[in-house]
Amino acid sequence: MLKKLRRVGPPLLLLAPSLILVGVFVYGLIVANFTTSLTDNHTAAQATEQEPSAMVWFTNYFDLLASEDFQHSLMNLVLYTVVFLAGTMVMGFLWAWMLDKPVKGEGIFRSVYLFPMAVSFIASGVVWRWLLNSNQDEQASGLNRLFQIVGLDALQNNWWNNVTFGIIAIAIPAIWQLSGYVMALFLAGFRGIPHELREAARMDGASEWKLYRHVLFPQLSPVALSALIIIGHMSLKAFDLIMSISKPANYQTKVPAVDMFVFKSSFDYANAAAVGSILLIIVALVIVPYLIRTNREEKR
Amino acid sequence: MTAEAEQLTAARPVTTAPRVRPGRYSLTRTLKYAALIFFLIVVLIPVYVLLVTSFKGTGDADPSRAWALPQLWTLENWATAWTTLSPAIGRTLAIVVPSSIISAFLGSLNGFVLARWSFRGADIVFTVILFGMFIPYQAVMIPLNQLVLDVGIPTGVPTLIMLHVVYGIPITTLIFRNYYTTVPHELIEAGRVDGAGMLRTYWSIVLPLSIPSFVVVLIWQFTSAWNDFLFAVFFSSSQNGPVTVALNNLANGALLQNYGVSMAGALFASLPTLVVYIILGKYFIGGLMSGSVKG
Repeated sequence: MLKKLRRVGPPLLLLAPSLILVGVFVYGLIVANFTTSLTDNHTAAQATEQEPSAMVWFTNYFDLLASEDFQHSLMNLVLYTVVFLAGTMVMGFLWAWMLDKPVKGEGIFRSVYLFPMAVSFIASGVVWRWLLNSNQDEQASGLNRLFQIVGLDALQNNWWNNVTFGIIAIAIPAIWQLSGYVMALFLAGFRGIPHELREAARMDGASEWKLYRHVLFPQLSPVALSALIIIGHMSLKAFDLIMSISKPANYQTKVPAVDMFVFKSSFDYANAAAVGSILLIIVALVIVPYLIRTNREEKR
Repeated sequence: MTAEAEQLTAARPVTTAPRVRPGRYSLTRTLKYAALIFFLIVVLIPVYVLLVTSFKGTGDADPSRAWALPQLWTLENWATAWTTLSPAIGRTLAIVVPSSIISAFLGSLNGFVLARWSFRGADIVFTVILFGMFIPYQAVMIPLNQLVLDVGIPTGVPTLIMLHVVYGIPITTLIFRNYYTTVPHELIEAGRVDGAGMLRTYWSIVLPLSIPSFVVVLIWQFTSAWNDFLFAVFFSSSQNGPVTVALNNLANGALLQNYGVSMAGALFASLPTLVVYIILGKYFIGGLMSGSVKG
């Protein structure tokens, strides 16, 4: 017993500060948040504890999910995620594929494709708000004006001001910003494939397509999964870009994270907490199986 | 960890592919270069807009001149943006520097214990910590706000330092742990045989080997804390908050229609992370890669 304590004691002691912090700030607060989401804490007086709040169990969740307003946010989140994921995966793979074979000036292409990743969504949002200006024809600036200049007038549209598809316009800067990241992941994946494997397949007379289908794609699938998980969970948390480009009051482009901010700002803590919990559940559905899987894989 | 994922471990620069015979398939080659240059231009469009607009005066306000070069180049926007944002840039530094150093140090300790001074259940402890990296912070924001109020930490710089340290622990632990698993067992064992305790082993054997990982982690933390907006908007204002909040305020505020000032401001706000990216690019990429490797 004492011996065991001597073995386990010191490492646990060293981990203790971090474990306590993560325990309180992650798990403790998740529980506290969930508790708040079960109350009727909807007013400033309740938020500051001047008036009591009562348990209403899952009423907030039912009300939120039943409201057309929040359904619109969820629908936007789905649309945004699909477009953002598809865009970054396609662009990232295409760039990595083009840069994998020797290219003159590879370093320049790689650095330029990747650089938007270093910039904050708030800063890039300033530029993209200008680019995605909805004015058209005479009044057009931004991309709409650029379309006129290159003779593609038909492409002019009102971007994020479209009620149903406005959120897709917000996905464009997100794709601009993170495709380079996916490229870097795929590039590392390509470079990690042993050269002998390609040579062997070529020797066996495999066509280029078969080489990809049977040798390269299977080797790249763990990288693709990582990329999907990372971009996917970033997408579910979408907030900064919307705050910067279309502003929180904009109905067209709102998502749950924006609703949460708006509820918090109006001291509706119960609904803010409920939206937070809903987001957590959505993210956990994706992340937990992934964490368990990688944990198990490592043990093998 | 899979062999593929191993490729992505921290601080390893992406290497260039071996050369093959040039000159074959010249049409496909031309097409490929055309595509590469096309995408290069597309990616750089926002940069052009940012630079050009930031030098434009009021004479260029007409939409028909949106994409044209300034008629009259002016530094006025830059001056306005700088006077508005410079205090916030100072505060951002005050937030980002200490929080990066503290969370890197905590991550290094955790990574060492989890990778090389392990115990039964260490994998579970690691997964429990790692989950903190993925949670949407919206799911803790309301009680976190209450906690900060109750404890009485002033909003603005002090709160944000604390939050970046705490919520930085998972990623820094991950990067260091993955790095330390590549440190040979024999080195640690040699220390143990010599009777060195855990802290001694960490201090004299592991820490000196960790410099590259520290660079990666510090850059990662620096960049993500610098670019943070979510915590900043909940726990500070444009009077006491970092540059993201001040910039957002500037872009929305009284100067709404003045894109020139906001664009110059956006450039100021991005400059530090861009400089880090340009100078320390390979370490920056190292951090990106390790961010992708779970477990």
